[in-house]
Amino acid sequence: MVAKMDKSATDLLTSPGVSSLFKSLKLKTKQQELLIRVTILFLVYVLAFITRLFSVLRYESMIHEFDPYFNYRVTQFLTEKGFYEFWNWFDSESWYPLGRIIGGTLYPGLMVTAALIYWTIRFLRFSVHIREVCVLTAPFFASNTTLVAYFFGKELWDTGAGLVAAVLIAICPGYISRSVAGSYDNEGVAIFALLLTFYLFVKAVNTGSLAWALASAFGYFYMVSAWGGYVFIINLIPLYVMVLLITGRYSMRLYVAYNCTYILGMLLAMQIRFVGFQHVQSGEHMAAMGVFFLMQVFYFLDWVKHSLNDPKLFHTFLRITVTCAVGLGAIALGVGTASGYISPWTGRFYSLLDPTYAKDHIPIIASVSEHQPTAWSSFMFDFHILLLLFPAGLYFCFKRLSDATIFIVMYGLTSMYFAGVMVRLILVATPAVCLISAIAVSATIKNLTQLVRAKGKASHSASGKGTTSSKASSKGSLDQSLPFQRNGAIALLLGAFYLLSRYAIHCTWVTSEAYSSPSIVLAARGAHGNRVIFDDYREAYFWLRQNTPPDAKVMSWWDYGYQITAMGNRTVIVDNNTWNNTHIATVGRAMSSYEDEAYEIMRSLDVDYVLVVFGGVTGYSSDDINKFLWMVRIGGGVFPVIKEPDYLVNGEYRVDKGAAPKMLNCLMYKLSYYRFGELTTEYGKPPGYDRARGVEIGNKDIKLEYLEEAFTTSNWIVRIYKVKPPNNRSLKCVGIALLISSIAVTMSYEAAKLIPTTSSELWLCFHLGKARSVASPGFEKLI
Amino acid sequence: MGRSTTSKDAEALFHSLHSAYASTPTNLKIIDLYIMFAVVTAVIQVVYMAIVGSFPFNSFLSGELSCVGTAVLAVCLRIQVNKENKEFKDLPPERAFADFVLCNLVLHLVIMNFLG
Repeated sequence: MVAKMDKSATDLLTSPGVSSLFKSLKLKTKQQELLIRVTILFLVYVLAFITRLFSVLRYESMIHEFDPYFNYRVTQFLTEKGFYEFWNWFDSESWYPLGRIIGGTLYPGLMVTAALIYWTIRFLRFSVHIREVCVLTAPFFASNTTLVAYFFGKELWDTGAGLVAAVLIAICPGYISRSVAGSYDNEGVAIFALLLTFYLFVKAVNTGSLAWALASAFGYFYMVSAWGGYVFIINLIPLYVMVLLITGRYSMRLYVAYNCTYILGMLLAMQIRFVGFQHVQSGEHMAAMGVFFLMQVFYFLDWVKHSLNDPKLFHTFLRITVTCAVGLGAIALGVGTASGYISPWTGRFYSLLDPTYAKDHIPIIASVSEHQPTAWSSFMFDFHILLLLFPAGLYFCFKRLSDATIFIVMYGLTSMYFAGVMVRLILVATPAVCLISAIAVSATIKNLTQLVRAKGKASHSASGKGTTSSKASSKGSLDQSLPFQRNGAIALLLGAFYLLSRYAIHCTWVTSEAYSSPSIVLAARGAHGNRVIFDDYREAYFWLRQNTPPDAKVMSWWDYGYQITAMGNRTVIVDNNTWNNTHIATVGRAMSSYEDEAYEIMRSLDVDYVLVVFGGVTGYSSDDINKFLWMVRIGGGVFPVIKEPDYLVNGEYRVDKGAAPKMLNCLMYKLSYYRFGELTTEYGKPPGYDRARGVEIGNKDIKLEYLEEAFTTSNWIVRIYKVKPPNNRSLKCVGIALLISSIAVTMSYEAAKLIPTTSSELWLCFHLGKARSVASPGFEKLI
Repeated sequence: MGRSTTSKDAEALFHSLHSAYASTPTNLKIIDLYIMFAVVTAVIQVVYMAIVGSFPFNSFLSGELSCVGTAVLAVCLRIQVNKENKEFKDLPPERAFADFVLCNLVLHLVIMNFLG
């Protein structure tokens, strides 16, 4: 990689080509170094951007996954209607019939950032579409993150570590996974804000300047506006301050930095409506407040001690004050928690401390695949050699302890713990791992190159100058061990470069194969090796957009809600926000019930269309039948009438002939497998062979009574059904009408027999005929 | 017996603190006066809230935090201006004051937005 070669050029300035170039530019050494550094940073900036563009080149410039579609829709709204409308937006197109207060329940940072970039570019008269800006926002901020990583590394260790950190974080898969082009999600901007806040805070602690602390407060404000993970910052920084106080490294600079950051940061954070008053009311933020008060007491005591100069008196004072302060603090905390004023830790964050909590109590959090504990293979996949360099970097940090290195060690250890609890949080650990590994790499390479250069210089001077006998003898003795040391150093350097190049190859491969899929467009290899694209999702959403009335309501599982509102432009019942568990449980109950019960629920929710995702024809395994048990669990959590064992056979989940009867007749099964029994999916297998589950389905002859099939996409991945409205007249009324008319005709015939005129018979026949034409064709059967 | 020694200790404490404090320079005493004023205002606001109730909570918070915030910033200024602090001997007092003014400006702008 070009960046790695340039890094090694720093100590190979003696090579003829490079030095002649610099000599021709008449640069001093310092300026040469600056030029090299700027060049490296520029290349890294470009590298970070272009390595994230795989999916744009392979497919097209589109938004990926599920959540980004909501963000995209909100950004569109913001650019069309303006900031005031956006801030006060109430959306009635999702969570029918409840609606959602979007202005007050989202983190606006990402959308406002993209809108500002869009308006800036428009101001410069480039007419871009908002979608292009949204797609490329994440790579742009990834490039900015590399710059911040450089400055942070410089602050922690030296410029070499900064450069290595920038390179490592530019291509690290842990970060790329959530910031690839098209992944328009909060994390793309939030990691930049996180690293920026930490860098500014460490800078404030190092310099003790109010200006840097103010900048850190603004960084924290940006982080709060961007992502809910800001809780990590507001807990890590107080923890760091505590560690510094305990280890005796407190200083005036720490006081200035923390207090200014905390007060201004807290005030700025409360401007975001979604956060509201949580900084003074929620249990997750109490650590920061506790440390704030602790600092006031601590520094007050320090000041008194300093001005008293008498240990005995000071001890008395200390005793009184500490007992008062601790007592007051404990009482306040106790009263606050007991009265419920200080709310306890919310489920989302509590499940990080107690990983088993979500599985038992909150099935929605447990069902998200990103919230599962991390396997070792994920760590290796996302970090590669950084995983080995991390402990080495920790060793170097402990060797040269300072306020800044203590911070990065704490950040690294806490974030690695959380990364072990939840897969999604590998993202938060990535900057720490990159920085610490960069310290290891930079320190090692520096030592090795010093060995190489020093021995080189010694041999030069021994050959160039005349030396005294003692020096000659000492050089002579050194000369014997010299070649091995120098060779050893060169060998180790080559080994290090080999490792780093393998890292680069691995990262690029991972980015290309694993993290660049849009999830909404699927690709596979056909029988002849050609690439087959499945664009079924967008096909279905555009069908919805063009073939259904504008006020149609669509019921689907909550995964697809954002995409349906963004691309299909129709009202949905539940979507990915998952704020109302009962509403989701109602949908889950409808999907797990028999068709007639489900019809009642759908009528009560005004549902017009039902959308299911089915992977049996293509072998797509993230379809609704595989997610069905979660629907049952979530529905059963609120409505005890849905019991999970009803759908299992001996604890096993099956869809073939041996499946549970409730499973074979529930709405989800019927909607997924309607008409599937006639389809042959694979050569040599019977019709109705489900390729995703690998079995032949149990119930092939499915009849739908209350729904009818509206649309199935070309590969059967998305299936849309229309809910039939109730009948105009029921069969009972028709039967009663026929009975009355037959009685009337018979009675008039009997009456007519008593009148002996032909005209009466004529009259009778006429009326009989009239009665026949009024009654339905079924009348013939009654006679 | 215990009480008298404690009270004697407290008196001796008070006297030595008073004499130590008398030797501080005037500019620091002015800053201390400002801090006292801010803290007293904060306490008055809390007492008022306890009597009247905290209904527009954002207003209460913004008033409270403006007092606490400006007190804290004044303490930071005092630290940076104090000749006895070795860590800040390179910092010109004008720079410290300029930082103080800037932070207060930001603080009060946000307070005014939050006041509601």
